Amino acid sequence: MNPVSFVTQMIRIAIPYLFAASGGVVAERAGIVSLTLEGFMLSGAFAAVLGTNYSGSPWVGVLCGMLGGLIFSLIHAVATIRYRADQVVVGVAINLLAIGVTRFFLKLFFASSSNSPRVAGFGGNIKAAGFDNPLLWLGILVAPFVAFVIYKTPFGLRVRAAGEHPEAAESVGVSVTRVRYVAVAISGILAALGGVYLALDQHQFTDQMTAGRGFIAISAVIFGRWDPIRAAAACLLFAAAETLQIQLQGSHAIPSQFIEMIPYALTIIALAGVVGRAVPPAALGKVED
Amino acid sequence: MKGREGGSGKREGGDQSGIPASPLPSSLFPLPAIRMEGIDKSFGAIRANRGASLEVLPGEIHALVGENGAGKSTLMRILGGLMKPDAGNVEVNGRDVTGWSTNEAIAAGIGIVHQHFMLVPTLSVAENLVLGCEPKTRGIVLDYKRAADDVRKLSNETGLVIAPERLISDLSVGEAQRVEILKVLFRGARILVLDEPTAVLSPPEVRELWTVLRRLRDNGATIVLITHRLDEVVELSDTITVMRAGQTVERIKTSNTTPAEIARLMVGREVSLSAGKRVQPSGRAGGPQSDKGLEVRNLSVTGSRGTRVIDGVSFSVKPGEILGIAGVEGNGQTELIEALAGLRSVFAGDILIDGIDITRRSVARRHDAGLSHIPEDRHRRGLILEYTVANNLILGVQKYFSSNGIIDRGRVMENAMREIASFDIRPPNPLLAARALSGGNQQKVVVAREMGRGFSVLLASQPTRGVDVGAIEFIHQQLLNARTQGKGILLVSAELNEVLALSDRIAVMYRGKFATVMAAADASEEVLGEYMIGTKKGSAA
Amino acid sequence: MSASSLAGGTRPTFSAPPWRERAEEALIPPLVALLVALICGDLLILSYGQSPAAVYRLLLEGTWGNAYGFGQVLYKATTLAFTGLAVSFGLRAGLFNIGAESQLAAGGFAAALAGLALPAGTPLIFALLLCMIAAGLAGGVVGSVPAYLKTRFGAHEVIVTIMLNFIVLALLNWFIAGHLHVPETLHTPEIHAGVLPRLADIDPRFHGSAANLALIVAALVAVVVWFYLFRARGGYELRAVGLQPPAAEYGGISVNRVWMRALTFSGVIAGMGGINYVLGYKHYYEDGFASGAGFLGIAVALVGRNHPFGVIIAAFFFATLSQGGLAIHAFVPKQMMDVLQGVVIIAVATAVPEVRRILRGARGRSDA
Repeated sequence: MNPVSFVTQMIRIAIPYLFAASGGVVAERAGIVSLTLEGFMLSGAFAAVLGTNYSGSPWVGVLCGMLGGLIFSLIHAVATIRYRADQVVVGVAINLLAIGVTRFFLKLFFASSSNSPRVAGFGGNIKAAGFDNPLLWLGILVAPFVAFVIYKTPFGLRVRAAGEHPEAAESVGVSVTRVRYVAVAISGILAALGGVYLALDQHQFTDQMTAGRGFIAISAVIFGRWDPIRAAAACLLFAAAETLQIQLQGSHAIPSQFIEMIPYALTIIALAGVVGRAVPPAALGKVED
Repeated sequence: MKGREGGSGKREGGDQSGIPASPLPSSLFPLPAIRMEGIDKSFGAIRANRGASLEVLPGEIHALVGENGAGKSTLMRILGGLMKPDAGNVEVNGRDVTGWSTNEAIAAGIGIVHQHFMLVPTLSVAENLVLGCEPKTRGIVLDYKRAADDVRKLSNETGLVIAPERLISDLSVGEAQRVEILKVLFRGARILVLDEPTAVLSPPEVRELWTVLRRLRDNGATIVLITHRLDEVVELSDTITVMRAGQTVERIKTSNTTPAEIARLMVGREVSLSAGKRVQPSGRAGGPQSDKGLEVRNLSVTGSRGTRVIDGVSFSVKPGEILGIAGVEGNGQTELIEALAGLRSVFAGDILIDGIDITRRSVARRHDAGLSHIPEDRHRRGLILEYTVANNLILGVQKYFSSNGIIDRGRVMENAMREIASFDIRPPNPLLAARALSGGNQQKVVVAREMGRGFSVLLASQPTRGVDVGAIEFIHQQLLNARTQGKGILLVSAELNEVLALSDRIAVMYRGKFATVMAAADASEEVLGEYMIGTKKGSAA
Repeated sequence: MSASSLAGGTRPTFSAPPWRERAEEALIPPLVALLVALICGDLLILSYGQSPAAVYRLLLEGTWGNAYGFGQVLYKATTLAFTGLAVSFGLRAGLFNIGAESQLAAGGFAAALAGLALPAGTPLIFALLLCMIAAGLAGGVVGSVPAYLKTRFGAHEVIVTIMLNFIVLALLNWFIAGHLHVPETLHTPEIHAGVLPRLADIDPRFHGSAANLALIVAALVAVVVWFYLFRARGGYELRAVGLQPPAAEYGGISVNRVWMRALTFSGVIAGMGGINYVLGYKHYYEDGFASGAGFLGIAVALVGRNHPFGVIIAAFFFATLSQGGLAIHAFVPKQMMDVLQGVVIIAVATAVPEVRRILRGARGRSDA
């Protein structure tokens, strides 16, 4: 096993997680539960393929993907913020809706129940090991970028206040509603980019192609204690385990199913506070007023 | 005076500082900094403000006093733009600002320092201060350095010293309050409203705060101090406005009055509901058996910030007597009842009922030992609002209404019909959800349940709060009947009249201790009032 | 006692009888959701150039209009009833069980193992009972993990159950793929005992459909759940904890113990659902048979307003959508149903707080 190829593969696998987890951090820090990352990712993947297919340009696909994620995130935002629907239930529903909508349009546009036609992607030079894909670089940079936004900008300060003590924020004139809408929209766009990367990397959309990556991203958010850099580290950790499993495929040292379990088991351990407590933002999941 | 000038209160254009162009020199006719008149505000059935008024001159420290529920906080929330009045006018520096928003109030220089701090615990002092008006470099980056510098500068100017990098969660209560004050000053507040600022402070911190307030006043700020602590009213204020039951009762210069008179105005001369109905003390049931009833020894309970909310309290309640605890809310009464009921853990001390130590017992097992509890918050604790009246009447005793794990609905209904009849609960429908009943009837459900089961000691906390007059009489009669039957009752009430009318002995709770315990015959509003507000300190009998 | 008698002044303070108020608050959201679903469905059908009326008629004919279709609806509704009852039971205690899928799978797995372990020729009732107990136990074990973590560590059950889903499913996959599968497949060998008769065995019109007597078990479980919640003391305490934990605590109820019981039994109910596929349909455990049933169970609980009988109705609703998708496939892709599912859930979730706000505001109900 070549360490360089291990690292490059690990990074490639981590990109969708990095995008989605970074988006999840923003929304959850603002106080909105983000079980929806899976659905945002899936919709981004499909919209990207749709856009690339009809325009021939993967960049158009990227924009379409972001739009797809944005639309779903706005549905989530309106239901939970304006109508105060239960955030967990809506989260589950968004994921189901994304599966349904992508399937429906897959059939409508591409007349298939399982996959779209092949589309152009980025990069493609084997020797570059994926690093000629601009989305990959974007994915590497997204976590530090989100960290910057959260900790170094006024908007980030308001996000943190909205998620910990919304009344305090309201009392100084900050519109918690507006902050939350923007935060959820960001999470939609970023998570969708994770799906865009996935789809364009595979050059097609397949039914339910995100396969639970959105939940691994949420695990990374929790395991990383809602900090963008720590969540990114968690993404790399989970990706490393996955890479390990792939590269050890033949050797049966540890069954692949157990490697699969790692992110989820680690998250449960984090929640149980066995290795330090994972304390969520205080106002997470509650929309008062 | 009904109606507001100018409609919605959104002032168009104009001078943000709120000073109108007046031809008259202000020294001749000092313009009030704040003028509120005829303010009405209701929340559902509760009338928090009824024609209340307030006039505060610039540059003075003005105390707004009254008991809990007098309407002080509501009035200030209206001033601060957190809510709009149903009727009445608000003027700030001569400008009509009725119904304005929080942002407009902040821009005009009003700063409210809330009783429950509006600070984000996970953020630093500087972050909390600049939230909403963050300094930026190059338009997007938060200029932390400038924020810290600004905070330090203001800190030094006002003498409210606090390091900008410290996290709110690491601060003491007094320090956190300093940050709250800095927060409003940071936004240019010239009129400060402080809501019960010393309620959570220790004596040295209180004195520090007074120094700060005096300094601010000397620098030209106008301060409204909402409080029920008369010692600080006397020490600090220039003028006092007394509120009672939503109305403004009196406005008076501090130098022209005495603490006793202020207390009398605060507590008032309302119709004593049980006037003249004092039942002669019946003989103590069971004779001088010393272990019957409730006994509390050296009870100490710590609060959320590690302070002692109950500090070494000892007392007993004998069978056939009512011990009333008077005192302004917030002096530990709530925590005392919770600790006795098993809803709050005890730091030190013992609790015994009929000789049995129940200090470590669960709520259910305290019921078994003969304890009943009418909670002060019937909506949160006392009733399950979505449950029917019948089901609420068995809360806590459901095991006595079941056999083999199944609830005997016949007996539940029978019990419900009986209690509804005895307690005249209206509407008399046992299948109604509890939330459909009026406050008085809801309380009757709680009382019926708690007094309907076999008990030897009853904890009655604010038993007639929010209850109509007829129900109040009824509940009082129930308490007196229980007393005649030889039960021991611990009554906690913020209504002094209630305590005076019902109790055999009266204790006053002040800052977690019993300031005094005396026979009811020796007590009166004046005497108790002074203990309640801390001007008199005795030794607990 | 009181001097004032009941004879005078018993004017009620509201206009509607109590049951009607509750009925309105309970039923309006699902009806709103149904309306929204119909409108959405119309739009999707029209986008395919078809006539909504024709498609809906076809849907009804293909589901409730013929025995095979109805049998399929019954089969699907049975599984959804189990998971829906499981989720709603947890919700009644204020707890969110998102792990119904893994509990269902574990239950099916245990039932299959029991069925394999028992010798062929074991008396049916005995075998069925043992397999059902195995299924319930397995589901309960899985359900007890989030229960324990919540009561002991305060870990939020939403995330724990989601994570556990993946873990348990991966574990089961490992068992099957590694050791227990029939070659070339991902399922266990056929069980020897505990086979539940198909409906078709009783009434030949149902020939070909998967409907089996597990539906009777589902109905029984619904009745048991209803009885427990609304007639048993444990249910009184459980609902109290779900409605107002501080009041339950004040009333001497141990919130932790109720939570422990609620999540564990939620798992038991979901686990028992495994018998539908394993004992009644395929007679083996197959990897992935539970797919989607957990999330749909949430939808069923929500639309069924957490009431056992509402859950049954909602289970039928979603089963009809699912089977109906197949029936109309020639005209509109069945994927349309996937969309409608999501729409219905969001619509109900949004309608519940909104309807409550409107109804209570209109009645001028104060909380005083």
